[in-house]
Amino acid sequence: MPSDLARLGVAEAADRLAAGDCSAVELVEACIAAQEAARDLNAVVVDTAERARAAAVHADQRRQRNEARPLEGIPVAVKDIFCTEGVATTACSRILDGFVPEYESTVSARLWDAGAILVGKTNMDEFAMGSSNETSRCGPVRNPWSPVNGPSLVPGGSSGGSAAVVAASTVPAALGTDTGGSIRQPASFCGVVGLKPTYGRCSRWGIIAFASSLDQAGPLTRSVADAALILEHIAGFDPRDSTSADLAVPDLHTALQADVKGLRVGIPSEYRLDSLPGSISDLWEQGIAWFRDAGAELRDVSLPHTRYALPAYYIVAPAEASANLARYDGVRFGARSMGADPDELYTRTRRDGFGEEVRRRIMIGGYVLSEGYYDAYYLRAQQVRTRIAEDFRQAFQDVDVLLTPTTPSPAFPEGAKTDDPLAMYVNDIFTVPASLAGLPAISVPAGLDEDGLPLGLQLVGRAFDEVTLLQAATILEDAAGTFRPPAAAA
Amino acid sequence: MTGPRTIVGATGDWELAIGLEVHAQVTTQSKLFSGAATAFGAAANAQVSLVDAAMPGMLPVINRAAVDQAVRTGLALGAEINRFSVFDRKNYFYPDLPQGYQISQYRHPIVGAGELRIDMPDGRTRVVGIERLHLEQDAGKLVHDRSATGSHVDLNRAGIPLMEIVSRPDLRDWEEAGAYLRKLRALLRAIGSCDGNMEQGSLRADANVSVRRPGAPLGTRCEIKNLNSVRFLMRAIETEAGRQVALLEAGDTVRQETRLYDPQRNETRAMRSKEDAHDYRYFPDPDLVPLQLSESRIERLRDSLPELPDETRERLIRDYRLTPYDASVLVADPDAPRFFEAAAQDRSGKRVANWIVTNLFGALNEAGRTLAESPVSAPDLGQLVGLIDDGTISDRIARDVFDEMFRTGASPQSIVDARGLRQIQDTDAIDAAIDAALAANPGQLDQYRAGKTKVLGWFVGQVMKATRGQANPGLVNERLRQKLGGDGEA
Repeated sequence: MPSDLARLGVAEAADRLAAGDCSAVELVEACIAAQEAARDLNAVVVDTAERARAAAVHADQRRQRNEARPLEGIPVAVKDIFCTEGVATTACSRILDGFVPEYESTVSARLWDAGAILVGKTNMDEFAMGSSNETSRCGPVRNPWSPVNGPSLVPGGSSGGSAAVVAASTVPAALGTDTGGSIRQPASFCGVVGLKPTYGRCSRWGIIAFASSLDQAGPLTRSVADAALILEHIAGFDPRDSTSADLAVPDLHTALQADVKGLRVGIPSEYRLDSLPGSISDLWEQGIAWFRDAGAELRDVSLPHTRYALPAYYIVAPAEASANLARYDGVRFGARSMGADPDELYTRTRRDGFGEEVRRRIMIGGYVLSEGYYDAYYLRAQQVRTRIAEDFRQAFQDVDVLLTPTTPSPAFPEGAKTDDPLAMYVNDIFTVPASLAGLPAISVPAGLDEDGLPLGLQLVGRAFDEVTLLQAATILEDAAGTFRPPAAAA
Repeated sequence: MTGPRTIVGATGDWELAIGLEVHAQVTTQSKLFSGAATAFGAAANAQVSLVDAAMPGMLPVINRAAVDQAVRTGLALGAEINRFSVFDRKNYFYPDLPQGYQISQYRHPIVGAGELRIDMPDGRTRVVGIERLHLEQDAGKLVHDRSATGSHVDLNRAGIPLMEIVSRPDLRDWEEAGAYLRKLRALLRAIGSCDGNMEQGSLRADANVSVRRPGAPLGTRCEIKNLNSVRFLMRAIETEAGRQVALLEAGDTVRQETRLYDPQRNETRAMRSKEDAHDYRYFPDPDLVPLQLSESRIERLRDSLPELPDETRERLIRDYRLTPYDASVLVADPDAPRFFEAAAQDRSGKRVANWIVTNLFGALNEAGRTLAESPVSAPDLGQLVGLIDDGTISDRIARDVFDEMFRTGASPQSIVDARGLRQIQDTDAIDAAIDAALAANPGQLDQYRAGKTKVLGWFVGQVMKATRGQANPGLVNERLRQKLGGDGEA
């Protein structure tokens, strides 16, 4: 019975709580028990069970007083990149060992203000740099879809822990962040819904920065409607983030009911890679057919600069990261390795504190910004970025959303790509363009490949048009159904 | 001959070319990108926000008041106001720089080319080009004397808004450099964008100094950092130019480098050479959006400007017929024009200005006081000049009266009355004194009669002495001439 409660979605759980069919205490206990049972996934890095239990009691009291808020008593797991007041936050890096923020990120604070309850900080690639969750100093996460007694498959990354807990049904929803695909790619690998909102839709305040011009928080859930519900409560203008958009947040949850006849769906021809596995191109064709059957109009579109997106991304993101991570110097917080002078203190602290992938990206970032190389790399990449945004703008004159695969492959075994950074970076090939253009995008589970592994399809929408994006995602979800890993399906 | 100073070397004359980079603390309540206070003298680290300490996830938000002050300063310098400007990150590691980068403006400053006019004591006027003005944040400071084994960091200054005002290398000697800094300080204080307090570090200058043969292209420059008084600035430039001339005349070359001035030894010392200069890897700060200024905001700021020092100067020359130099000296102190105008009511403006510039400023300087702390009030100084104007006292007596006014704060009228210093206008009394002097000095009288007319002045002195300086010197002269002439007839 308790594990049944953990399997509820956000909206279902909210309805049950409202109807008095279960209490927040029962719901939270069910999630804690499910997380305990799924401990071997290594998806949770900070246990917040005691705090969650106290919050659940409080939530039930509020409900009794008729003061229940929209998400009162709903358990949510949060990626360890969100600063959580009084709860250790390390972005799964050694360099933040012992760091306990005295402040709460805007996005998570909005969830708690709406009544949600923190049940664990989730594993991630160190500083969100990775596509497999293998760069975490807390160790890799096992994808819940890994074959029983078989090799561990990666959950994707960087929000690998958040995708895994949602896929394993230990919580109804989790928060992740997406810089170049870090919500959508693990969502695809784990068979869950992952939504990256428009850049500026959610505040970045209190989120440990990777690449400031790309980072965006968003939900991972088991349904499109739940993603809409969570987004509604985390989005909105924040004067503390100069890049947050001063726009009203639409009533996303109810907008999903609207009729979408005449929806124009674009298929970007540049995404048809020869190297794409048959299972993925077949699924893409299937997605196209589903939209056609639902009454949508399909159109081919061209995004000519697509092939420059990945190189541009791997210049812009490391450049920003190289400066964003300069503050981890051992002087004011986190881990420190002593040295005889400041330079030695920095060198030792950062050598000991950062993992290999983070060091690699800091080096790349420093290189592309250095004198004599800036124009050839950073400036050029920014120009590419402008072209890519223009490509999308052109395409969205003819269509309302774009449909593409989320990833070029299903989940792969642990260690398969750790020796080849470029092979790892190619995971982001379909997700990065929307990130560079700041557009909202969502990965919806659409089917299983021949090995029974989940595959997602990606929808990309116009800036700040999450409503249309989510409506289209609902069509896909309705046609494809939902997927649970065999172990959790029992 | 007048003109800028040159250095006369063993092999001929050398010209100087000097450019100044002035860092002016913007007068604001809070820091450039955080809400922390900016007041001087607070306990260490008492004025540090989470943003200033660069805690993970913290984001900068631009302080509009600081932007307004930069625009007002640009307008006062007659400079181009850039409607679009960008904040960049300047990357380097130092313990007083929590972010690991300084937020500054590199490629697109808020203010472009302008100019500042300086008036030299020899009557020359120079127009010095301003290259640009940009906004940036200050760093914290290291405290080395708290413990024997380590250093402490005080972040109160970290994030304080600075305007960096960069001149063209138009200054030709140290006196022009001193005049430029004084004039700039007067301008900033007049419009209230910087308090100009050099002791508290609100204003400091870096000087780029080079020497060349007259008419030759600019030589290799050295930058002298952090000069915090006009006197040190002038001495450092003179010293550095002398060093460069000595090097060149000995057949050596000047290396481009950063140097520090040691006022104790009056010498400059190498800090770092161009070769080991940092590569700051500037790039646009992705946490901040480009700064856009509307025409209406610029117009509102233009309207907020008070009368500028150059305008005041022109008005003083026109309305009070002051010499350009006296007017320039008066406007260099933001309190002086008001003081002057209060004192000059119905008096000889020229004489009042002369008394302020020569006597009052001299006495204040000697006593180490500012005009605001003057023991002599403007009405009293005016009264003193009034007593000269109407012949009550002579200039000589007035100097004694002024000394007593400065010492005691008493009014000139009361001093003149109490000490009986009123000038003797009575011709009978003067005639008596003249007769006595002539009778007592028959030898000099004979000389005069023999044609040595110079002796007339000597007799005037005798009469003045006999009357303890109170006789009206003009009257004495006139009567003496008559008497000596009359005597000849008898």
